[in-house]
Formats: sequence, C-alpha cells, structure tokens
Amino acid sequence: MNIKKRVAVVGAGITLFRRRLKESGKELSFHAVNMALESAEMTRDDIDSVVMGTAPDAFDGIHMKSENLLDGAGATQKPYTHVYVGGGTGVFSPIGGWWHVASGMHDTCLVVCEEKMSPCFPHPQTAFRTIWDPITSRPLNPNLVWIFALEMHRYMKVHNIPKEHIAQVAVKNKGNALDHPSAQLGAKITVDDVLNSEIMVYPVNRLDISPPSDGAAALILASEDVARKYTDAPVWLDGVGWALDSAYWTNRDLYYPQYVEEAAKMAYKMAKINDPPKEVSFAEPYDPFTYKELHHLEGLQLAKKGEAPKLTVEGVTARDGDLPVCPSGGLLGVGNPIAAAGLMKCCEAFWQLRNEAGKRQVPKAETGVCQAWGDLMQVGTVCVFKRDS
Amino acid sequence: MSKNMKELPGTPLSGKELKSEKVITFKWRPNAKYAWSAGIAYGRFLDELKAGRIIGRRCSRCERIIVPPRMFCEHCFVATDEWVYVKDTGTINTFSLSYLDADANRIKDPILVAVIDIDGASPGVGILHLLGNVAPDKIDVGMKVKAVWKPPEEREGSVTDILFWEPLED
Amino acid sequence: MSFDKIRDPRKLRHQIGHMECDYVYTAGVAGERFYLALREDGKLLATRCDKCNITYMPPRMYCDKCFAELTNYKEVPLTGIIESYTITYFDMDGEVLPEPLVLAFIKIDQTDGGLIHTVGNIKPESLKIGTKVKALFKDKAKRTGALTDIKCFQPA
Repeated sequence: MNIKKRVAVVGAGITLFRRRLKESGKELSFHAVNMALESAEMTRDDIDSVVMGTAPDAFDGIHMKSENLLDGAGATQKPYTHVYVGGGTGVFSPIGGWWHVASGMHDTCLVVCEEKMSPCFPHPQTAFRTIWDPITSRPLNPNLVWIFALEMHRYMKVHNIPKEHIAQVAVKNKGNALDHPSAQLGAKITVDDVLNSEIMVYPVNRLDISPPSDGAAALILASEDVARKYTDAPVWLDGVGWALDSAYWTNRDLYYPQYVEEAAKMAYKMAKINDPPKEVSFAEPYDPFTYKELHHLEGLQLAKKGEAPKLTVEGVTARDGDLPVCPSGGLLGVGNPIAAAGLMKCCEAFWQLRNEAGKRQVPKAETGVCQAWGDLMQVGTVCVFKRDS
Repeated sequence: MSKNMKELPGTPLSGKELKSEKVITFKWRPNAKYAWSAGIAYGRFLDELKAGRIIGRRCSRCERIIVPPRMFCEHCFVATDEWVYVKDTGTINTFSLSYLDADANRIKDPILVAVIDIDGASPGVGILHLLGNVAPDKIDVGMKVKAVWKPPEEREGSVTDILFWEPLED
Repeated sequence: MSFDKIRDPRKLRHQIGHMECDYVYTAGVAGERFYLALREDGKLLATRCDKCNITYMPPRMYCDKCFAELTNYKEVPLTGIIESYTITYFDMDGEVLPEPLVLAFIKIDQTDGGLIHTVGNIKPESLKIGTKVKALFKDKAKRTGALTDIKCFQPA
C-alpha cells in the first residue's frame, strides 16, 4: 500500500444530542465545526477540504441535504464531498477524510456529520419504510426494528445467550453517558429495568434501543507535518477499514457480522495490530441496540464468537475494566443522530487518547477502535486511533 | 474536550414547544409516488408466485440455489444458469414478534415475523415473511412451516400472494 | 433489452409505493428571528459580520466567510431593487394561471442579499431590472411567520 502521509486528528467538536433541537441542520453543523476549529486553534482558512457524512436524507426531509448543509460545514468554495453508507456513515466519514490527507492531496480535511431526525412524522421510523427492497420486502409493510429483532434472536439462539446478559449493555452505556455533556439518555438503570421495559419487537425491549436524535459532530484531520504545527499531542488515525455485504440479508447467517470482521482486519493490518484484544485499550463499537455492541465486539475480534456477553457481565467492558467499551455512553446513552453518532465515537477516541475525556477518561488509553454499521445489516466501517507512546 | 466551551451548543425543544406559536416551523408532505418494475429475475419470481409456486435460480459455479432469484451470482459474479422450482415449505431460521407497526405505533396483537429457510434452496437461503395460525409462544427457531396461499383469483403477483407461513403438520 | 419499448413500468410486473412521511422543519435560530420579525413587527431583519463587511439577508447565524457566530440582528429597509425576474404563465401542475405571475430576485437595500418573491401591482411589460420595489405586508392577523406574510413587492 502506498500511503503518502500519516494522518493525525487535531480537533473535535460536538453539539448536544436531543430528540429535537431548534437549530437548523446547517446551524448544528456550524456549532460542531466551530468547536472543532476552536479546539485545534485553527480557522476556516486552514481547512483544505471538507467531507460531509449523513444518513438517509429522508430524516431531515431535504433531498440532497449535504448541499444544503455545505455552508454550515464550513465548505463554501472548498473541495467538498458527501459520503454515505447508511448507519456506517459516522465512522466512514473520517475514512473519507483520511483519503484526502493520506494520499497527499490535502494537508487538512474537516470531517462533519449531521442528522436531524425530528422533522420526520409521524415518527422517524416512517422514513425507514422507504429503504426496503420494493419487490421482496416492502409489500410486507416491515418496520426497521424487525431486522434487529431477527438478528438479535438468531445471535441469542446460536450461542444460547440469556437476555439478562445483553441487557447489561444498556445498564453500562446509559450509566457511562451520565458523564457525557452531549448525552440525551444518560441514566442509572438496572438489568430488571431493561427486561421489564415495554416489548417493542420481541426480543427487543424499549431500553434495548437507542433514541432518534438531532445533533452534529466534527473532526479535523491533518497530515503529520502540518499536525505538528498545531499540536504537541496529535492523535493518529493509523488504520481504516470498511467492507459491505449484499442487501440479501436473508441469505446469510445473521448470528455473526462477517463484513465487520473483514473491515476490522483491513484496519488492524494497516495499523500493525496483530493481537487486537491485547493491543486495543478501549473500543467504541456501534450500539444502536444492546446486542449490537456484543455482535460488533466479536466482529472486531475483541471477543470470541458468543463470548462478548460474558465479558460484559464480568465487567471487563466497564470503564474501569480491562477493555472499556463505549466509555462515551454510546448511542444507547448519548443518543443516535445517525451519522453524527458514529462520528461522536471518533471524537470520543480523540478525547480519550488526549486525556481530555474528564470523568469518562479510561486508564492507559493508547489505542482505540471505533466502528459503525448500517444499511440492511451489510456495512462495517472501522477506524483505529493511536497516540504517541 | 474544548477548553473554551463551557456548555455544548444546541437548543432543545419539546414536542409541545414545536407546536407553539413561538417556534417557527414549516410543513411539507412529499407527494412522490413510485412504480418499481420488478426486473427480469423478480418479474419471473412474481409471475410464479401468482401461479402458486416459488422459483429460484441456480449458479452452476458455486452450485447455490438462491431465493429470491437473481440473474447473476453476487459471489461468483457470473450469470446464473437456470430456473429451479423450490418448495413452499421451510424452516424458521429466526423470528420476532412485532408490537410496532411500520410507523412505530404500538399494536396489541403482534405481527409474527420470520426469516424462513426455503426447502429446496441452498442451506441458509431464506426469505423475510410472516407467520400465522400459531400462538406466539409456540413459535421456535427450527420449526417446519408451510406457505398459506391466497386463493388463485386473489393473487396479484406479489410476495403477499403468500398470506403467511403456518406450522407444518407431521 | 426486450423491454426497451415499454415506457410505463406499470405495464410490467411491478410494485406501487409512495413516500409516507410528513415533515415539520424548524426555521433554526436565525430563521426564527427573521420570521418572528416578519409576523409580529412587519420588519426585515439581517445579520451583519463587521469583520468581513457582509450583511446577510435572509439572516444567517454565522458568517459564511470567516465562520464567526453572528448575534447582532439589525432592521433593514423594506425596499430593494429587482436584480432579475421571470414571468410564469403556468402553475406547479402545468395548468394555465388566470393571470401571469411575476417572480423576482429582489436585492434588499443596505444588505448583501435578497429575497425571491412575487412582484404585484405592475404590468409585466413595464417591468425592468433595476426597478425599485417595496414589500407590501398582509394584515397582521393573517400573518403566519413565513415569507408569504409579505403579500408581494410592488413599485416603490
């Protein structure tokens, strides 16, 4: 592989995540970018190019919304790219930024993700009605939660996993989110609270699901030589990986996300990580549903197949455990403005590796892995971040 | 995080505030309608459903029989070779009980949803469909099921020509 | 392909569907100030970036150029100049309008921006680029907090 420049992260920014925010999508993007620029002590003039990531336009209800968001993303009259891989977009966007910088094409690239799900009525779920195959699935009038429930049930059945173990993820992440200033649903809850919450689509209870949200996040990437000018503590984006499977999700065994494994292997190889459980100090896998964190830990090679629930129950993935997982609070706790939620995970890696995560700080943070997932259970996107040891 | 920023930006709104006079909003209802042609493979698939049969395609390179059918194999990336009728029986691969409708409204009687591996197709090749004539607590992964078809005169060439799948009597 | 001559997919095996969503958009922070001033006071508000010497109409919450947050809203005149216009004879569904409609981009005085709006009380043949126009507001009771609170622009 011919990578011309090592890529650093030099700034990060984020807004509140809430069910509804008054700010327009542009204004949310502006706030996230402004905070990122300010944290890097940069101005818009220092930015060579901009990558925007958003999930389906049907949430904001503005077709081709990346064009609408452009000025809020600080991209006026700059090279601007929109990237999209459904729910995987938030961690794919920094990969899009990485292309610009690693190739030597640009010294700096600003990565912005925005989602406003509140405009969509009667419920943001309604927008998901439009993503199915119109011939084989849509006539059945499906709800998106169906596919999660089907996948979760298959995972539970194959490994004989009790629901109590999966519920522990909600307890942990909502608890972690109490310390995140953006968080929408930080809470102290118990496993029983999860099990006794309303059944939405069996085996998914209400507290297994992340909320719909509005919000934005931003990350500034720079080439190594330029990064050194702005900071003594750059964080390195040393590995990127992504892989997609087909939309024929009923033609593969849902118990294991093979495409996440492929993406992770690509990223680890690039980051020269040979033994992920040993070398990764914390992880931010995608957790729109409780079981997804576990499913993804396995895909990320951080747990053996079927063993992620055990790690969770034993406290290994707690913030003070051996492998802290979703120290941010994840989508379950911080909220899920889809693309922005994925990028929130990368912001968290940046803050953790700079020792700027405050109460959320995990001990000995040296290598962090962020991952997102999406479309019809077919996308894996992975970024590996490191700090100078 | 940022040293100079004490509070994160964003102005939360409640659902009630959104409807109030003080908050300016604009409403829009998209009026877009679509007609999706089924294409070659799904076109035949729907024709066969109308006739009360399920059809798949066989890839002679990987020997898979795939449902729903496609004219090319996404693994081998070659054209698939022949039409193969599969059975209208199968096995529940995974299932769920949906207490939400498509707009996330709560419903009392759950929709019974399953991925059904089709007999005669390759192992693990299934379709998304509904279950019926079964109590929710009797459904299990591995259960054998059979398609319940609409009467021929009511079929219209759609996956809904199968009403649902019910337990297969031994 | 064998279906080349079939232009209507409904003549083939097909499925029908539509977008079931409704949308409610907030106007945003700057938009809300702008529309509330229209509705409540019959005024036009702009934001200004002194550093870049740009007055934004409609107002924006941030400067497009230097990316500073803009918080000073100022009232600007209800007058402007027609920078470009078009005359439409059909409605959105292609039906002939009872009277032709004049649509113009009006650069608002003392700002660097402007509004797209209709121009009324003028014969289409006497329209000119450069004509000075002024906003004619609806009665306050009929205003909803939208650009249509201005009935039209008319020669000043």
